[in-house]
Amino acid sequence: MLNLIIFIPLLAAFAVLLGAPARKSALAAAAAGLVISLFALFSYDASKAGFQFASSTPVVPEWDLKFLLAADGLSLVMLLLTNLVTLAAVWITPLVEKRENIFYACLLFITAGAAGAFASQDLFFFYAFHELALIPTFLLIGLWGSGQRHAAAWKITIYLALGSFILLIGLVDLYNALPAGVRTFDMIKLQQLASAHVIPEASQTRPYLLLLVGFGILISLFPFHSWAPTAYASAPTPAAMLHAGVLKKFGLYGLIRLAVPLLPAGAQHWSWLLLTLLVGNVIYVGLATIAQKKLDMTLGYSSVMHMGYIFLGIAAFNLVGVTGAAVLMFAHGLSIAALFAMAGHLRKFSPSLAYETMGGLGKPMPFLGAAFGMAAFASIGLPGFANFSSEILVFFGAFKPAFTPEAGSYQLATAFALWGVVISAVYMLRAYRAIFLGGVRKDSTDWVDPIFSLRLPVILLLATLMITGFFPGGIVNLVKPSIEALLPK
Amino acid sequence: MDPHLPWFILLNPLVTAALIHFLLRRSPGWSAVLSTASACVGLLTAFGIWFSGFPTQPIEVPWLDFSPSFRLPIGITIDALSKVMLLVVTGIGALIHIYSTVYMARDEAKSRFFGNLSLFMFSMLGIVLANNFGMMFIFWELVGVSSYLLIGHWFTRDSAAAAANKAFITNRIGDFGFMLGILIVWNATGSLIFSEIAANLGALTGLGTGWVTAAALLVFCGAVGKSAQMPLHVWLPDAMEGPTPVSALIHAATMVAAGVYMLARVYFLIGASLDAQLVIQWIGVITAVFAALMATQQDDIKRILAYSTLSQLGYMVCAVGLAAPNAAMFHLFTHAFFKALLFLGAGAIIHHLHHEQNIWKMGGLSGRMKVTFWTFLAGYLALIGCPFFSGFYSKDLILMAAWHQNGLVFVLALFTAFLTAFYMTRLVVVVFLGQARSNEASHGHDGPGAMSLPLVILAALSVVAGYGTESYFEHAFQGLPAHEHAGVVPWLAIGAFLLGSALSFVIYQGRAKDPIVIRLFKNKFYFDELYAALIAGTHDLLAQISSWFDKWVLDGIIVRGLSGSAWGAGFMLRFLQVGNLQAYSFLFGIGAVALIYFVVLVK
Repeated sequence: MLNLIIFIPLLAAFAVLLGAPARKSALAAAAAGLVISLFALFSYDASKAGFQFASSTPVVPEWDLKFLLAADGLSLVMLLLTNLVTLAAVWITPLVEKRENIFYACLLFITAGAAGAFASQDLFFFYAFHELALIPTFLLIGLWGSGQRHAAAWKITIYLALGSFILLIGLVDLYNALPAGVRTFDMIKLQQLASAHVIPEASQTRPYLLLLVGFGILISLFPFHSWAPTAYASAPTPAAMLHAGVLKKFGLYGLIRLAVPLLPAGAQHWSWLLLTLLVGNVIYVGLATIAQKKLDMTLGYSSVMHMGYIFLGIAAFNLVGVTGAAVLMFAHGLSIAALFAMAGHLRKFSPSLAYETMGGLGKPMPFLGAAFGMAAFASIGLPGFANFSSEILVFFGAFKPAFTPEAGSYQLATAFALWGVVISAVYMLRAYRAIFLGGVRKDSTDWVDPIFSLRLPVILLLATLMITGFFPGGIVNLVKPSIEALLPK
Repeated sequence: MDPHLPWFILLNPLVTAALIHFLLRRSPGWSAVLSTASACVGLLTAFGIWFSGFPTQPIEVPWLDFSPSFRLPIGITIDALSKVMLLVVTGIGALIHIYSTVYMARDEAKSRFFGNLSLFMFSMLGIVLANNFGMMFIFWELVGVSSYLLIGHWFTRDSAAAAANKAFITNRIGDFGFMLGILIVWNATGSLIFSEIAANLGALTGLGTGWVTAAALLVFCGAVGKSAQMPLHVWLPDAMEGPTPVSALIHAATMVAAGVYMLARVYFLIGASLDAQLVIQWIGVITAVFAALMATQQDDIKRILAYSTLSQLGYMVCAVGLAAPNAAMFHLFTHAFFKALLFLGAGAIIHHLHHEQNIWKMGGLSGRMKVTFWTFLAGYLALIGCPFFSGFYSKDLILMAAWHQNGLVFVLALFTAFLTAFYMTRLVVVVFLGQARSNEASHGHDGPGAMSLPLVILAALSVVAGYGTESYFEHAFQGLPAHEHAGVVPWLAIGAFLLGSALSFVIYQGRAKDPIVIRLFKNKFYFDELYAALIAGTHDLLAQISSWFDKWVLDGIIVRGLSGSAWGAGFMLRFLQVGNLQAYSFLFGIGAVALIYFVVLVK
């Protein structure tokens, strides 16, 4: 089943490159992916928890390197996120004027790479699948982007290449930190080894730092974040949706899946660093968000800012906080994808997306006004959407962290994060007001809502957010046992 | 009692709101009917709950459950406090729905209005029923959203959009403290459930008085935002940009009272810190005095009532700080009726004067709008504390608490009573007596039955609500300090009300423009200007700085430095100069894959 989730988009991508009808194949692959990931979700036996749907093909037996796919609750939620956003992103893709087949193939490669990274339980493939997804992202921005696309593409390439490189060194360092006899690429085995405390505490600090910085750059951890807003602003809409919504979660997923459970002593050692930087994400980047004058930049910055909350939940290192962080990854992915999708529609009328070119659009665009309002409210953490229920878990988790000697600094960081809730209300409501409220501009008479079929992807994302927001129990209980297994006893 | 009743009363408006927003967007008539019917059914259910005793089992469903470390259920409290609050919210809610069917009859977004009104009812009832901090916070935020939507109902007006944003953001500042307080309480007691916290309060007090005071004051921050106390009061007057029924329901009778209700609900926490109580009584009484001073110089009929609301909320908050939550709830109860009445009366005037809100363009309306006038008079007398009207009794109880606890607070509270009589008499004299001062004012007339009926009902309640209810609120709380009745207090209150109204009558009788001009009061003590400067000076400036830093330092120096540095000088730079993104990306991928093999092989 997991093989299908990875190889359907991969094969579809090659088929598209070889001349299959691009949009139709991509849509079919995305829809199939969503159906299969939903099917996997419902056939997952929650009473047994743990990894299921495992399949393993040895690749280099000497190093215990194999193509190992398996999914627990956490992986399944990430796969669902991947396929939901993919479907929405492919669906919403406007007419591509040049090299349509390569464009759609890139989208499908990103999907396959992200799905592969979330389903692989082998270090090598975990890393390699992410690389597979990154490269088409650069291409999409560089070739089909808008504005200063070349500069933006270079910046994201340099940053993420650097991040991947540091991550790679970190993974190698982690591998080498294991005693020689038990070295393995198998992440499930690694987890068992970590539970048995085979990685000496003293040798945990360096690999953790490397992983934190490596993953951190990929996640736009402050101060390595400045690639993100410009990249999202320049990226074509589906690429922004897929990267901000899904691919960026790879780094967070990696922290939860690898860095935290395998190197707990390292995590405790560097907790002050992570706390400081995440406050930078929430407060510094939050303030920078307020100063933005264009919608795409506001959304890009806000997405960087919200990473701070997820970091906080991970840093808390306890069941409540990390579960909150995992669910928040899902929620943030859906809400930012929905926001970028709607920004993409507005771009048809205002290519710059500058606030001064818009205003009063709630009147000519009632659907977009309502849907954007809902997505904005979701992203600033209002009850009724999954963002709230996960954010509140993060706050409670971080206020009583696992590392009791550091509790004071965690509580301080939580207080800062709570102030971030005020900041995000300021920039989101200002943006909303600038675009949709106020008098109708005379030059916006031909601005219209998206046609019905293009509303569906947004409705799909918002409905999922609302269902999981009103009834968070399902997704929380799916993720919780996986997190429980990952956290040190 | 049947546990289905409270679930029904809570979910009924949510279902209504969902039906209207998702299905009836294009049927305004049906939306109004459905929403109003649902509000009336809510009132009937509230009566059902009122008469059906108390639940024996906890009514609760899990929501976020990490037992034993963290538990946030959706749970329901039915006690004396929530029962009476259910009646107030659904009762006034139902009347205002009926009134709105006329007031909003020709509004082009009637469906949206009624959908949001139902959404508000859902949110407010959630606060009333919540049995824990987490659920209260959820509905607290939802009240903020629905208030935002209703204030901004006429969103094409820039002033309405600005007011909605201001209300939401100001409330969120209060919520910042509220959440922090909740976290501290939870951290110490390990629970969010009110009854469990109350039983385990020793875990918090054991940390020292500083923590208790901090927790109580932070939780109080939530009330400062929602009940618009100083210094977060600035949003409420601006919120009058919403349609008048919204002002009556949300910004007079229910939402703003939520802060006071919350304080009464968690009084076990407030009462545990004397320092916190001192701060709370002073914030309350200062809000009461300042808001009353501002009210004396406003010209917009709704703004006068808004400042009056601020001032009366100050009384209630002060009462909580004076260890008299029963008096606070009693005043909340009576105030809800007479202030809703005054707003709806003002709405009737505004409606028939084609949205004229300046009192100096009214005048002489007593003859032409008889029902409005007489009912407004009842509300007026209740508000200024005329004996035999409900407001007299509840205000008396607050003054009595102040008399016994804090002399200075008592004097200020008494002065506020004087000011209340002064500015309300000004309003009544200018609006209803004398000559019509505009063309519209000379053609005013009463509204149809659906508009007058709520006025009459609320007028009757404004008279009788003070009888027999005082002891009810006393019994709702246990262990409050008992005061002996000081006979002089009511006489002083009567003196203040007589003096204030007589003075005002003499000054304003027959005037066509305001003979008194006090800029400081008229300009609301320059709070808005101060905050604008403060926000521009700090938040926005910091925003500009961090944005600049990001663009030029982080981006400029680091990115450019990186690509030019020795690290990039090797293979990186070559590809940069080649400038072929595809080639680079491809090679990069190959390189990364090769590297891992290389490192592993060498080992």
